Amino acid sequence: MSNVKEILFGPIFNNNPIGLQMLGICSALAVTTKMSVAIVMCIALTLVTAFSNLFISMIRNRIPSSIRIIVQMTIIASLVIVVDQVLGAVAYDISKQLTVFVGLIITNCIVMGRAEAFAMQNPPGLSFLDGVGNGLGYSVVLMSVAAIRELFGSGSMFGIEILPLVTQGGWYTPMGMMLLPPSAFFIIGLLIWALRVWRKEQVEAPEFKIGPHTAMSHS
Amino acid sequence: MSEENTSSNKDSIQNVIVIALGVCLFCAVVVAGSAVALKERRVENKALDKSKNVLIAAGLFQENVTQMSEINTLFEQFEQRVVDLRTKRLLTAEEAAVVAADNKLNFSEYDQRKAAKDPSLSVALTDAEDLASINRREHYALIYLLRSEVGIDRIILPVHGYGLWSTLYGFIALEGDGNTVSGITFYEHSETAGLGGEVDNPTWKAKWQGKRIYDDQGQVAMRVLKGSVDPSSAEADYQIDGLSGATLTSRGVENMIGYWLGDEGYGPILKNFNG
Repeated sequence: MSNVKEILFGPIFNNNPIGLQMLGICSALAVTTKMSVAIVMCIALTLVTAFSNLFISMIRNRIPSSIRIIVQMTIIASLVIVVDQVLGAVAYDISKQLTVFVGLIITNCIVMGRAEAFAMQNPPGLSFLDGVGNGLGYSVVLMSVAAIRELFGSGSMFGIEILPLVTQGGWYTPMGMMLLPPSAFFIIGLLIWALRVWRKEQVEAPEFKIGPHTAMSHS
Repeated sequence: MSEENTSSNKDSIQNVIVIALGVCLFCAVVVAGSAVALKERRVENKALDKSKNVLIAAGLFQENVTQMSEINTLFEQFEQRVVDLRTKRLLTAEEAAVVAADNKLNFSEYDQRKAAKDPSLSVALTDAEDLASINRREHYALIYLLRSEVGIDRIILPVHGYGLWSTLYGFIALEGDGNTVSGITFYEHSETAGLGGEVDNPTWKAKWQGKRIYDDQGQVAMRVLKGSVDPSSAEADYQIDGLSGATLTSRGVENMIGYWLGDEGYGPILKNFNG
């Protein structure tokens, strides 16, 4: 039981796909200017990761190792296309804003990474939970970034005005920077820093040490 | 079957082929199935989105209208007409039917954007002509007219042009005089959110209302300024505040208006409405 809990909730803080594994950063930059868009992206990614893990795990003992990546890609790509179609049918406005990024879930490293690292070795039930857990971990980071960017960039949250903007007669001058992709980099960087201050064990050992200063002065 | 047995079988040629074919077949069925099952909804959504934007441009759209049937009822007040952009003429229903038959088109499902990419339905523009940076222009455009007892009340024209990152697609609505703007809206663009993306801002769009496109000589005088419009200026009627931090998007919008409402676009047709 504790194993299940670890698989489901571990990826949120202990083993966060973005924070520790550094996967899926690209979409975190692109779809986080608005919370309503980000949450749809989170749901889409969580569903794709969970179900691709489930299906891949179900046939993991039959997948030949020579074509395993291709098989995983085929399954993931099909799921993404289905999600894209469903979004176009039920949430057209949001799907218009997500544009290519739903399609790009195919190349999201989290999905592929979990399929290869977890689903290929574990039974379907646990793999499904692992997918949900990693989706949640991604969602926590994405939603935090989106909350900061939307609040300071547009003065609102989920489109509801929090800080009245100067352009609409309020007092808050929005930070245009927050709406540009680089700001997501800074926020993710700061979040990772905060996470590692809190969870010291996540700090990686330095890969190299700067040697002592050896240059001789010419006398 | 023992565990060892499976693992040695797993990499055999037969198994590779069986798994590859099996997975592909299964996925193909799922993808095709969902595409077919959802196609109707998607096409409907797209058409609805377009109707909605025509309504927004005309200023007839209310935020609380979300029902498809309501949007369709509102949209039915409009008369859809075909414009031949080569001869600059508004086609009558009969002429439109002839054009449709000649080109195997169905104007109720006509996709203007697709037509602009089709060599048989569009023309390549030279650099000098291509003010809006659209490369190719379609031969036929669909415009929407709203009539009242006294005559034409609104003219809704589709426009598009290149901004900073992307082509902006939208509609501009003019009053019956073919000169005064009653609204503008963009239904698709990928300009920088918060900067060029402010073309979606209702406050900015509201500034277009009541502005005029043509000066007394009938030339397009509409300009998107850098900064704000000076209301005391004689030209204020033809000017719109630029979007701060989005000079290139603002210029793109200005060029778009200059092209589509100029002599190459709907200009000659609008003048006929006048006279």
